[in-house]
Amino acid sequence: MTRYVLRRAGQGVFVLWAAFTVAFFVLYLLPSDPAALVASGGGEVSQVDPAQLAALRAEYGLDRPILVQYGDALLSALRGDFGDSYVSGASAASMVAQALPETLKLTGAALLVAVVGGTAVAVASVFPRARFLRQALSALPPLGVALPTFFVGLVLLQWFSFRLPVFPAIGNEGAISLVLPTITLAVPAGAQLAQILSRSLRGTLGEPYVSTAWAKGASRTRVHLAHALRNAAIPAFTVLGVIVGGLLGGAVVTETVFSRVGLGRLTVQSVNQQDVPVVLAIVVFSALVFVVVTLVVDLVYPLLDPRIQLRAPRAASRRATSRTQRPTAVTA
Amino acid sequence: MTLQTLTRPAVAGASAPGPATSPAPPDGARRTLRGARHVLRRPGLLVAIAVLLLVAAWAVVPQVFTAQDPLGGVPADRLQAPSGAHWFGTDHLGRDVYARVVHGASLTLRTTALAVAVGLVLGSLLGLLAGFLRGWVDDVIGRLVDVLLAIPSILLSLAIITALGFGPVKVAVAVGIGSVATFARVMRAEVLRVSTSVYVEAARASGLRWPAVLGRHVLPNSSGPVLALVALDFGTAVLAVSALSFLGYGTPPPAPEWGALVSGGRDYLATAWWLTTLPGLVIVAVVLAANRVSRALEKTGEDQ
Repeated sequence: MTRYVLRRAGQGVFVLWAAFTVAFFVLYLLPSDPAALVASGGGEVSQVDPAQLAALRAEYGLDRPILVQYGDALLSALRGDFGDSYVSGASAASMVAQALPETLKLTGAALLVAVVGGTAVAVASVFPRARFLRQALSALPPLGVALPTFFVGLVLLQWFSFRLPVFPAIGNEGAISLVLPTITLAVPAGAQLAQILSRSLRGTLGEPYVSTAWAKGASRTRVHLAHALRNAAIPAFTVLGVIVGGLLGGAVVTETVFSRVGLGRLTVQSVNQQDVPVVLAIVVFSALVFVVVTLVVDLVYPLLDPRIQLRAPRAASRRATSRTQRPTAVTA
Repeated sequence: MTLQTLTRPAVAGASAPGPATSPAPPDGARRTLRGARHVLRRPGLLVAIAVLLLVAAWAVVPQVFTAQDPLGGVPADRLQAPSGAHWFGTDHLGRDVYARVVHGASLTLRTTALAVAVGLVLGSLLGLLAGFLRGWVDDVIGRLVDVLLAIPSILLSLAIITALGFGPVKVAVAVGIGSVATFARVMRAEVLRVSTSVYVEAARASGLRWPAVLGRHVLPNSSGPVLALVALDFGTAVLAVSALSFLGYGTPPPAPEWGALVSGGRDYLATAWWLTTLPGLVIVAVVLAANRVSRALEKTGEDQ
């Protein structure tokens, strides 16, 4: 058990290191020149004094060999220091930490809505006796996956902020400002979850133990909820890391649409200003969230399904995730 | 005849079935016929294919579908609701929104197609190498794929855009790299499945070299699921490309890229619903159609 936990944690650390490395080399090796960007202050790059440029390169250590820069950046990152923003000069990590609470509220609420809503739709698409009802409800998740986040957000704004002034259109004030962004963000995640869950439910309903439950005279509700759903939920549970990652990504668009303060807005702002340290910090943070959620899921789900043993070989768990991930569209 | 149809799928794997004269129509023609019948029996799939063909036609010959100018407007006709003259209404400069959507198709679809191509080529190559060489190559590529999956694809795309700068080609590369991991995974699984099959073993045993085995047997037989993924990824890429263009990283303003069109309507949400809703619905229709076609491709793959 301990060995398994340690190995999984080690793999997580490895993924995190690799994510940092990939992001670092993408951001620092590609054509644009960070020093020129700093000198121009996020504006036009063209007219910058070469002497000033050289001074800035020296100040940010950009004149050193790339591997030295990388080693240095990695050591600092281990201490939670991702360098200073090229634009504001504040530490990138503190900017992320400052933007985080609002985004956590949003993604937390969206995750809750997505899990509850996705489960409800998935169960409702197998539960009714009427065939047409089942078919109509099964069409919902594929539709939800095809909806662009920005489109959902704007249509909700149009109807529930402008036509019927129920919710505020912009801002972070109070729980009421959270309603529309939460729904917007929850639609693709919930649809993705519902797709996996309803496929898994259909499989489970054909299992022998479900027939046994029917034969023992269990009610329709009991068969579906107590027997089928509990077992069908496991594959859906394993993609939680992907779902949470998707929510963080979706926050970029959602916070832009609703003009909310948060990590997503910070991302857009940093990309617009090519503020490399902040973008690096955000990418590594999102990878950290993915790694932690996946690790927790991996440790918890053997408790949900006693058939799975903790010492299960790596290949088996990898196969399980790939099977559940492949057929669903990852929405933007 | 019955025997032949029974054995055909098995033989089809191992290149051409040889000159055994058969009274049945050639394989290709029969498959097309079966495919056509399969499509005709499914109205949803038929609509999906029609949507994709229509949008492709918009991209190739936009002037056939609308005579209006997508860039120059008539200021007197500003912010008009949809009507017979302006199917999707007009925007704040009096430009016809339908004309802009039709002309924007080529921009959006070209970026999307390039993104899919980047993902397909890089991903398949990685998957092919991993599945074929196994060993440490497989391990290294597997880890790389894990890492790419750990970063939400839009954030990965945004990091690439930060480094490359703005513009449609850069958006395409960014979105394409975001889908490399999925392609690599599916391709690897397919190559592993196919290379353990009997006909590959037979081809090897009869002295065929690995590159030839790869080109003649492994690739054609692993293409089914990859093709389904191409269709699925096309839908995903339309979403990603239009999200990035919505955020303003695509072609600069006057160009009618779909995401930018929706974004342009943001200031008129209260008064002009058609500016965001109608271009948005076009995006939804394309994504739904691509997903539907992908599902059909996946199913025919499973049946075979």
